[in-house]
Amino acid sequence: MVNRTIVGAHYGLRDWLYQRITAVIMVVYVAGFFVLLCNGPKLDFATWRMMFTPQWMKYATLLFLFSLYLHAWIGVRDIVMDYVKHAGVRLALYAVFVIALLLYAAWSVRILWGI
Amino acid sequence: MRFSIYRYNPDIDAEPRMQDYDIALEPTDRMLLDALVRIKEHDDTLSLRRSCREGVCGSDAMNINGRNGLACITKLADVKEPVVIRPLPGLPVIRDLIVDMSQFFKQYHSIKPYLQNDTPEPEKERLQSPADREELNGLYECILCACCSTACPSFWWNPDKFVGPAGLLQAYRFIADTRDEATNERLDNLEDPYRLFRCHSIMNCVDVCPKGLNPTRAIGKIKEMMVKRTV
Repeated sequence: MVNRTIVGAHYGLRDWLYQRITAVIMVVYVAGFFVLLCNGPKLDFATWRMMFTPQWMKYATLLFLFSLYLHAWIGVRDIVMDYVKHAGVRLALYAVFVIALLLYAAWSVRILWGI
Repeated sequence: MRFSIYRYNPDIDAEPRMQDYDIALEPTDRMLLDALVRIKEHDDTLSLRRSCREGVCGSDAMNINGRNGLACITKLADVKEPVVIRPLPGLPVIRDLIVDMSQFFKQYHSIKPYLQNDTPEPEKERLQSPADREELNGLYECILCACCSTACPSFWWNPDKFVGPAGLLQAYRFIADTRDEATNERLDNLEDPYRLFRCHSIMNCVDVCPKGLNPTRAIGKIKEMMVKRTV
């Protein structure tokens, strides 16, 4: 294949929007979490465990973690796009990151509902 | 006044070097460009581009004490000694302070920097309302000096794929123009992870623009239009 500069993949807007929306979700969760933490009783293992017992807290935390993974995927892909010039290496790295983030997502569910 | 200037002649030098100059200035030497011309009187091997000497042509863009700017509108009173002068970062050096701007202009041309309108021309001119014309303020003033694009890390890493702040400012200049009819094609052309979305709004471009323009705001407006078009 001839070595030409190829651009025009016609995507990017959706990722850019997702990154902003997930950022807002994370800010709201972290702020709420700190409020909960500051107003709660003395922080020990029992309190910490109790915080994550209600179903709504599990879902909120899961939403936060999924937002984090999606946000991280777009951010990491941006870094790889900037610094890794070989398309094959880039694709391989994408695969590694996607698999890792999917495993994290599955692991998150296991941890949250394992409490 | 003391200067340290980047020197490189690819025909002779194996690698670039910094050369120190200690020059007695005349009272009429007010701007950095005056000093550089004074240095050239003593050492005519020093190469730089210059033309209008009043911040309109954009020829004498260079890196002054680590910051991109135009030598002709940089006051000598404002710069710290020794004044370290390098060519614009990220572009290939042709000689001394002269860089090869091909990549920069290639990106500029890629956004089709001209009005596209297929309707029959009116007898005199295509008119705009004062409000529509207002939108072009802060866009049309760009002199294409490349200070902004060469201060942008995204442009350093992907000069062949990322349009860069100067090109994107001009892209919005034509998207915002009510006389232009190719808005959709222009947005299509920019909707790309490399061409537009390499911009992460770090605003180096806004910081260095010698004309006080705001490419980040223009890029934000392009993204806003894309969102409106999509949702």
